[in-house]
Amino acid sequence: MAKNLMAKTGHLSRFILRLDRIRIPLWLFGLSFFTIIVPIAFRDLYGSQQERDAMAETMANPAMTAMVGPGDLTNYTVGAMTTHQMLLMTAAIVGLMSILLVTRHTRADEEDGRIEMVRSLPAGRLSYLNASLIVISGTSIALALIIGFGLYALGIESMDLGGSLLYGAALGGTGLVFAGVTAVFAQLSENARGTIGMSIAVLLIAYLFRAITDVSNETLSWLSPLGWVTKTEAYTSNNWGPILLMVLVTFVLFIAANYLNAVRDLERGFLPSKPGRSYASRYLQSPLGLASRLQRTGIIAWAIGLFVLGASYGSIFGDLESFFDGNDMYEQMLVQVEGFSIVDQFIPMLIIVMSLASTIPALMAINKLRGEEKKGRLEQLLGRSVSRTQLMGAYLMIAVFNGLVMLSLSAIGLWSSGNTVMEEGLSFGMVYGATMAYFPAMLVMIGISVVLIGFLPRMTNFNWIYVLYSFLVLYLGGLFQFDDWVGKLSPFGHIANAPIETVTFMPLFVLTILAVGLMIIGFIGFNKRDIEG
Amino acid sequence: MSMVKITNLTKKFGKFTALDRVNLEVNSGEIFGFIGPNGAGKSTTIRVLLGILKATDGSVKIFEKDAWDDAVEIHKRVAYVPGDVNLWPNLTGGEVIDLFVKLRGTNNKSRREELINRFDLDPTKKCRTYSKGNRQKVALIAAFSSDADLYILDEPTSGLDPLMEQVFQECVMDIKKQGKSVLLSSHILSEVEKLCDKVAIIREGSIIETGTLNELRHLTRTQILVETKQKITSLEKVKGVHEVEGTDQGLLFQVDTNELDNVMKHISSFGILKLESAPPTLETLFMRHYEGKATSVDSGVGGAN
Repeated sequence: MAKNLMAKTGHLSRFILRLDRIRIPLWLFGLSFFTIIVPIAFRDLYGSQQERDAMAETMANPAMTAMVGPGDLTNYTVGAMTTHQMLLMTAAIVGLMSILLVTRHTRADEEDGRIEMVRSLPAGRLSYLNASLIVISGTSIALALIIGFGLYALGIESMDLGGSLLYGAALGGTGLVFAGVTAVFAQLSENARGTIGMSIAVLLIAYLFRAITDVSNETLSWLSPLGWVTKTEAYTSNNWGPILLMVLVTFVLFIAANYLNAVRDLERGFLPSKPGRSYASRYLQSPLGLASRLQRTGIIAWAIGLFVLGASYGSIFGDLESFFDGNDMYEQMLVQVEGFSIVDQFIPMLIIVMSLASTIPALMAINKLRGEEKKGRLEQLLGRSVSRTQLMGAYLMIAVFNGLVMLSLSAIGLWSSGNTVMEEGLSFGMVYGATMAYFPAMLVMIGISVVLIGFLPRMTNFNWIYVLYSFLVLYLGGLFQFDDWVGKLSPFGHIANAPIETVTFMPLFVLTILAVGLMIIGFIGFNKRDIEG
Repeated sequence: MSMVKITNLTKKFGKFTALDRVNLEVNSGEIFGFIGPNGAGKSTTIRVLLGILKATDGSVKIFEKDAWDDAVEIHKRVAYVPGDVNLWPNLTGGEVIDLFVKLRGTNNKSRREELINRFDLDPTKKCRTYSKGNRQKVALIAAFSSDADLYILDEPTSGLDPLMEQVFQECVMDIKKQGKSVLLSSHILSEVEKLCDKVAIIREGSIIETGTLNELRHLTRTQILVETKQKITSLEKVKGVHEVEGTDQGLLFQVDTNELDNVMKHISSFGILKLESAPPTLETLFMRHYEGKATSVDSGVGGAN
């Protein structure tokens, strides 16, 4: 019986591996490469213990704990520093990798009818699910080993074999846990979008829950899988307990996914799908209406996510104040810019993260046009009295509006919770203005997408690399002490760090003009080219 | 008045020539059949007609307007059913129909209800749950409930059951009665034979035959089954006779339609007991052209128009 259910699992695993022969190595390479260069950079930039201790001092505050998790700041070796500053963020990206890879070969394949074909062959009912779980498990283990041995091979004094392997295992373990989470949601939800959406929601909640509990009550953060990552304390106390927990949870989730898969029909889920409207509402009956309807759920989810992100950053401002209150030494060291409070100095970095996070849904909204094209659905609209300008205009309007809303919500979130927890309150105008200064930079990013869709549709996704670049140079730029021009290559690098720096009109104006120019060029291209389908 | 006029249309994708100097004309009130094997260029031609692909060369006019430049204006009077109907998985069939009708500009509520009934579609279901046939119905209902002058239908019946095919044919006859024009691309030859006034056959990006069904029949052969008192001799030598075959019921052979008179004279001298003739079907025509490039296209048939 069991043998029949699992027949040909091995074959299918090799098949999936063949399908992903480029995708998986790319993820592995990217993650390992960025993990391994970090300690090298730290060793070069913060060579002496004194420099590292100075760094540790700036890190010793609730805002940083919320962002990157707790770390061993008393013995801030290169190893401890790497774990503290990089491990959690990398783990979140590994979680994302698992979600995308597992959805691809569970619900996405099922939704497109490919699993039906596989089931008609002499393969077991649970084979395809387990084949994809085997592949992702293999990927996670490979990642753990590559990073573990890779970090050890650097030969940095504070990075011993045990700690390095634990560091890798924490990442691999996170991959496994989120593979399990995704596998379960792939059974519950009837479509791939829902699977990815709910799994990412779990990832975000795990991150935010850990952010809040790490600051307020560290024991509670044992409830978040991402909390386990920092609890390994790699390179300091080397605690393997969380890894065991990850493996156990993964095992339970895999069993649950198998059980749910076994008791349900193909192409069905457990979350109910009720009959819909038999008439289109008035709002749906235009290209703009259609485009917004298609993205409605995603927009709402992102809106909530960004508000919560802003609010959770704001929620630590109170702790931040009391933490520095009456601690003269810290105050002297950190308050380098006269006339600004400690909170004011943290705001710019938080806003960069928030504005880049808000750019993601805005770009998704414009790139959706290309997604619709690839699915052959534009043809049906353009076959009616809809012009290309109208069509692209609808998606552009949603993208711009989307970005504006996301940016506003993250700012409102930051202000509202910050204002509640801080004794003398927080100026709404200052927070909102400083955040909105990034809007022109976001418009440039949208403009780039418009140009790509207009002229090089196959390269549309390359804009994400630019987003990633912007994040790396601006968020980590200070850490790695990049030259100024490296940051200026990103539109976000031209925005003043309000409230510490004054926002001037000129750069915002130039960026806006640039964005509009890019958009016009993109529209011309889109009006000239063949639509694929 | 010509509704569609394609002159020397060439479409290249990089180095690959998908369409090579295609000529085609659909007149007002005409149902025009467009047939050809998979990958011959039917859908490419239709996509150029709709301004979704840009012609590399040649002129493409609908209602005497340019199909690329005036696409939006033209589409207000065109209804289109694609060969592969891709719908939004999270919208219902009813919502998509309304959206499609609205985007064309007109709205015909009573027709919508009637067609939903006739095609037996549940409009409250999400498109994700529809089978291929049901997705096709959504596109057909949207097309037929709009008041267009030209209907462009790209293999509209693929995935429909025979009952629904019947409904489809009724709908086409209805719009024909109203004097509308239809460009119908299809694989199903019996359907084209039943509905179309004119036919064009495309192969490897070139139109190889075009004309009314009657005209095309003249180019093909009639199948004859004959039983005579005396044994027919030297039939093979008569001009225009092909593939003679003795069967239990008599002699089975094919005759070039324009040689029919001579052949009949020859046979009748043997005393006919029984004669059955089958009209040339589109299928035999089709097969003659498609059975590989090896059997070269007969002289006088190729070329456009």
